[in-house]
This record gives sequence, structure tokens and C-alpha cells, in this order.
Amino acid sequence: MAEEREIAEAMISEIHKKITDAFDVFDHEYNKTVDVREIGTIIRSLGCCPSEGELHDILAEIEDEEPTGYINFDRFLPTMTKVLMERRYRPIPEDVLLQAFEVLDQEKKGYLMPEQLTKFMSEEGEPFTQEEMEEMLSAAVDPDKNVILYKDYVTMMAVEAP
Amino acid sequence: YGGALKAAILIQQWFRRYMARLEIRRRYTWSIFQSIEYAGEQDQLQVSSIVLLFFTVLSLPDLISHVLDPNNDFMNEEAKLAKYEKIEVPDSYAGPRLSFPLTVVHTNALLSGFKQQQTLHPRYVLQLLHETKKFLKHMPNIIHLSTTYTRQITVCGDLHGKLDDLLLIFYKNGLPSDENPYLFNGDFVDRGKKSMEIIIILFAFLLVYPNNMHLNRGNHEDYIMNLRYGFTKEVMQKYKTHGREILQLLQDVFSFLPIATIIDNKVLIVHGGISDFTDLDVLASIERHKFKSALRLPKLNTDDSPDKGKKRVQFFSQCIGVGGLNKIQTTFQSNGFLPSSNNCSSFHTKQCKPCYSKEKDVMTTGDEHHPPSQTLFNPSAILEVPFLDSGINFVAEEPIREELEWKQIVDLLWSDPKNQNGCIPNSFRGGGCYFGPDVTLRLLKKYNLQLLIRSHECKQDGYELCHDGKVITIFSASNYYEEGSNRGAYIKLGPDLVPRFFQYQVSKYTRRLTIQQSVTAAEGSALKSLREKLYAHKTDLIAAFKDCDKNNTGRISTSDWASAVESVLHLDLPWRTLRSRLVKLGPDGNVDYLSCFEDLQIERSIKEVTPCLMETLYRYRTDLEIIFNIIDKDHSGLISIEEFRQTWKLFSSHLHIPIDDEAIDDLARSIDYNKDGSIDFNEFLEAFRVVHKLDSKEN
Repeated sequence: MAEEREIAEAMISEIHKKITDAFDVFDHEYNKTVDVREIGTIIRSLGCCPSEGELHDILAEIEDEEPTGYINFDRFLPTMTKVLMERRYRPIPEDVLLQAFEVLDQEKKGYLMPEQLTKFMSEEGEPFTQEEMEEMLSAAVDPDKNVILYKDYVTMMAVEAP
Repeated sequence: YGGALKAAILIQQWFRRYMARLEIRRRYTWSIFQSIEYAGEQDQLQVSSIVLLFFTVLSLPDLISHVLDPNNDFMNEEAKLAKYEKIEVPDSYAGPRLSFPLTVVHTNALLSGFKQQQTLHPRYVLQLLHETKKFLKHMPNIIHLSTTYTRQITVCGDLHGKLDDLLLIFYKNGLPSDENPYLFNGDFVDRGKKSMEIIIILFAFLLVYPNNMHLNRGNHEDYIMNLRYGFTKEVMQKYKTHGREILQLLQDVFSFLPIATIIDNKVLIVHGGISDFTDLDVLASIERHKFKSALRLPKLNTDDSPDKGKKRVQFFSQCIGVGGLNKIQTTFQSNGFLPSSNNCSSFHTKQCKPCYSKEKDVMTTGDEHHPPSQTLFNPSAILEVPFLDSGINFVAEEPIREELEWKQIVDLLWSDPKNQNGCIPNSFRGGGCYFGPDVTLRLLKKYNLQLLIRSHECKQDGYELCHDGKVITIFSASNYYEEGSNRGAYIKLGPDLVPRFFQYQVSKYTRRLTIQQSVTAAEGSALKSLREKLYAHKTDLIAAFKDCDKNNTGRISTSDWASAVESVLHLDLPWRTLRSRLVKLGPDGNVDYLSCFEDLQIERSIKEVTPCLMETLYRYRTDLEIIFNIIDKDHSGLISIEEFRQTWKLFSSHLHIPIDDEAIDDLARSIDYNKDGSIDFNEFLEAFRVVHKLDSKEN
């Protein structure tokens, strides 16, 4: 029993250190606060894949009653620890992602036109900014055929992530 | 429709996570570059100053007199000019030709010539530098500009020898002219390969448009920095015969560059920053050209005082301070250069109160602002080394005022802003201060200014605001650390004094890189440097790892690994985040700590050198290079065996590496490849180049 607890404590301790590391990367003033706009990046870098809506929920938990534009580490740590321990917001597996693209490809052509994807990503769901759209297109569009071979794209992106 | 909505959210969510991870990689890549850069600078200043002192005291004038007293050459200015004019330019020379006074025809010729990779003939270089020096001599220390006569002034930051960036700025923003004034805020040279071309262009425009082209001095306009960061090498490679003379002349030109500019009495522009000591009135009155380098060297003087037998060397260095002085004393004593028990007290530091202080919170000595551990940076610590019977003449007193003036300049050229209030010595760089928002506010208020523009630090977006918008950092060398690492930027400032920022990035690719491609490229380079750092400290690291691995399993926890690495390297990086890129993990999740050294090996080994020594040599490769370059007066790339032995002795005692004279002799002889009594030190240093095995596999 005691051993189990030791292991659990060690695990929590490791999680705490991981969170601290990621937090520190954005703590520019070395005072244990980060700009609220960076929280999404921090959470995602820890392996979570929340939607914008889910991100909002997390922020509601950790922000001060009167938002200052900064998030304190003391409030971030417990919430984030829970998120990691409960394995919330896990990233979607590659095949589910592929299915999502296939939903857009109603004619089952095996590819999407850039305009199609742009319209969809910029208007539906939690729309992309222009910058996000450009970045996706620059990597996804096959320069010769000017289409998005989404199966290849998904595979390539999956390989990239360390 | 619901399906499509869900699909969209899934894709967006996944993509945003992907981008977040890119962002983290970009950030830590950045941290790696910066921490290695600053750690290197700090090391370098420390070691060089100790070394130079050592040489001065022991090896006597011969070895480095040319460094101590650079203007041995007593020709007057006209005679020098006549000498330059006698240098022949062959008909076959296809590069730009200059005649004085310069006109826009010449600047155009220079620009097009450099675009075609031509090199300016040394005669024109010398003439240009001569005219530039003549011109700069008449400039005040602080230039006052006004926007009322022109529409806008363009302010550019560090260029560091990146000609492509300068050309890109001219392309986007137009060439300098009376209608298009420019100010370049220092650090034109070092690191990049086209420093010479940059200063030729800048100086040429300076002469053609004297009222609308302005240059501030940066901390790299300093011949000691140039020895370390590549400009000296570039000059010697491009100008084999006249290089040394060009470098001598450049020392003067650099020292005559103005140190600050004020626009409309409202905007202060300096290269580094300020400190709570900064006094613009004092700065305006200094003889700036006396300060050739941030690294102060002792002066050699023939002194006819009756007390010749007991002279003292006074050596000021902001970097050495009390801790360093003690280190020197120990080094000297252990080498028998100073008696261990002294009748004449060997070293004492004289601490002086600055006598000008107007406000209470200006730095005093050793107390509130500088707790004992930080008297390292006490500006008034003076080293006195008495010699009883040296028969050498050294100079006597240096006025305290000069020391304070020197600090004024160093603060301006070396300081960095920070977010917390206060002003503390800049330990990273070994010179200047970190100044907080309160210091900025106070200075701006004192002189009725509204904005401080400075450079000196690389910023990912080319510029950055801090101190509530009162301080702007502007940096104009894109891809400074690596292709894709950062953008460059410039500011346009009109009569409204509202800064407008323009960004750009030089790219060797015709197609714009995706964020992912540029991050991956920069990250690869940063990680390579980091792995080399790890390798350079292999012995110490392995010892630290083994401390945590009592059962000798070859594995330790991530936690232990991270603490051990930080304790040896002192780089303050997110080691847990970096772990997966640096080491292999075992099946139990623990770190296989030897795996980070697998990929690297030193290319060619010298059998006289043990692995531990090899590692040390690798770590101090750059410092050795500087010292060799200092000794090598004629920049031939060769030093004598005797000089090599002396350098070696100094180094080994400074670094506490036990190595006896015989071993040094063996080493020297084995490196003297053509057995002519001289050593090609570049070849020697090449022996310590680390190779990444994966790279060579690919090749």
C-alpha cells in the first residue's frame, strides 16, 4: 500500500516538473506568471488536444475573478495536474483524423481542392485565422497538382511529431 | 451537417496542437541559442582579460606590445595618406574604383560591385577609412538630429556582417540620401561573412551624405571582440598584405564613432542601453576615442620617476573584480611569479567612491546595490601589482575619472533591459547592466525624453517593445542564429515620433518556408550546438550522472538527469522538454545517460593528449584561438614553439590541468608538422573539431 502511494507520489512529482518546465518556457519575467494568450500553447505542448471551447473552460477555472491578462502558476498547476492525471483531451488517433477529412470529401475523390478546405476551415467549427489557414495550405497543397492529398498530409504530419 | 461540423472541429483542434508544439520547439530553440551565446561571451571576456594581464606582467612588452600600444607607428596623417595613394591598383582590377570626395556614383559602384561578389581594393579601403576617420573626428559624442527637415528617419539595428539584410533594407526602403536619412545603431561587423562590405557601404554613404547618414558605435566595434567573433579573420583573409594596416586604422575609426543619438530632443538611441549611472552630460564631454575597447588594457609608459625599482601596473576590468583578482593572485603564486608570502603586499583592491553622485541611489561601493558576491563588477576595483626589481617600467596612476568615463560608455554599449525594477550588473555578458523599467523612467524624465531605442539583442520578430513601450529593441540581422531563426526589422520615425515597424527575412529559398520547415531547420542547428556543449563537458557530466547511479545500471531518472545537466552546464534550459531530443529512454522510462554522447566524436586525435584534456581543449577552443591571434602579430597564422609553450602554460595553470613541461614539449613538437619551429595554430585547433557522426553518415 505504502509502495503504491510512493509510486503515485513520484508520478505526480514528475507531472509537476513537466508542467513547470513547459510553464517556464513562457514565463518571460521569471515571476511565475504567463500571458493568458499563451496558455493554449502550453497546454497543447503537454500533450493535450483541447478544442477552443474546452480551452475556454480550463481558463475559466484558472483565471482570477478579475482577469489581469496573466495566469499564475499556483492556479495553473493543480488544474493542469488533474487534466494530465485524468488523461483529458487526448489527441485524436490518425485514423479518426483521416475520417474527418473524408467527411469533407463528399465525392470520395481522395483529394480536396484548396478553396474547398479554406472555405470549410475558415467558416465552420472553430474557424481558422488567416495565418493558420496559410500555414496549413503551405504544407498540405501538392505544388504540382494544386490539390490536397489529405491521406498523405495526415501521414506526413503524424511522422513529424516527436 | 452535424458530421461536417464535428469534422471541422477535430481537424482544427488537431492542427492547433500541432502548431503549439512547433511553437514550443521554436521557443526552446531560441533559448538554446541565446543561452549558449551569452555563456560564450561571459567566458570569453573573463578568460581574455586574465590572459592578457598574465602576458603583460610576465611575457613583457615584446609579446603583445603591438596590442597594448597600437599606435607605435609615428607617421602623421598626411604621410599615411600619401602612402595609401602610392598603392597601385592594377588595370586588371575589375572592382569598384573610388576617388575622393565620394559621390553617389561611387556608392552605386560599391553596391553593384558587392552584389557581384567583388572585393574592394585595399588602397581604396585605406583611403576610405582615412577619410572616414577624418570626418568622424569632428563629430560630437552625442549626435542631435531633427525630423523637421525630412519626413522620416529610418533606424536600423545590428547587421553583423549580413550584407543580404542591408541590401534587402535598401531595396524595401530606398537608398540613403538627403531625402531618406538613416541611422545604423551599431554592431555592423562580426559573425556574418560580409562585415567589410557592410562598413565600406556605410562609411561611403556617411561621406556622401554627411547630414543624413548616421552611425552609432556598437559593442562589436571593438578590436578585441573582433578577434573572437570573426571580423579580424575576415579582414585578414580578404586582405593578406594590407590586412593588418586596415585593422589598425579600423581601431581608430571605431573609436571615433559617436556613442549616442538623440532625435528631436525626445528619442534617445544607443546600441545597448542605459544604467542608473548614465549621465548624458558626462557622456557628451568624454574623449570617446580613448576607449578603443571594452576590455581595458594596462598602459605601457616610459616613466622617468626616481622610483623605478618599484613600479605598479594598474589594470581595470569590470569583468575581473575581486573574485578574479584572487584567482590571478593564486595563479601567479602557483607559478612562482609572485612570492607566496609577500613583504610587499601583492594584491590589494582599492575601492573608491564615485565622487559625482547626485542621487542617493546611484551605485556606491560594495553595499546596497552590490552584495559581496557581486563586487565582481565593482567599477572601481583596481588591481595593483608591485614589482620589486623587474627592471620594467610600467605606468603609475590612472585617474579615477577615466575609469568612470569608461563605465559610462560600456553601460551604453553593453546593457540589456529587464522586466524587474532595479539595475544590476549584466553577469551574462560580463559588461554593462540589466536595467529595469524604473531606471528607464528616471532617465527619460531626467532628460525630458520620451523613448529609448536600442539594439544589441536578437529578437524573433526583429523588434520588441518593453518597459511599457518606452524601450524598443530593433535588430536588423535576420536568420541571426540560423536560417529561419528570426526576422529582421527597421523603424521609421517621423515628426510625430510614432515608430512604425517594417519586418523582413532573407531567404536562400525562393519559396517561402513553412513555419514547420524553418523551425525544424533552426531547431536542428540549436540541438547540434547543445549536443556539442554536452560533449565538451563529458567528463564532468558522467561524474554527475554516476553520482545518481549507485548501482551502475547506466540509467537514471529524468529528474536526476535534468538536475545533473543543469548543475554542470548552468544554461537554465527546459531540460525535461528537451530530453527526448538529447538522450534515449530505456524501457522503464529512465534515461540512458551515455546515449547523448554517442553521436559525437572528435575528428582527429593527437596521441599526446588524453581524452580529458581533449575535452578541455575542445571547450576552450575559441579562447585559445583568441590568444593565438593576439600573439600572432603579423596575422600569419603561425606562432613559434616558444610562444605556444607559454600559452599552454598559462592555460593549464589557469584551468588547473596538471601537465608538465615535457608533455607540452612533446605536444608542441608533434604539432610542428613541417618541423620548422613554428606552429600553424589553425591546424592545431582543427584537431579539436567535433564531428556529428550522423552527418558524416549522410555524406
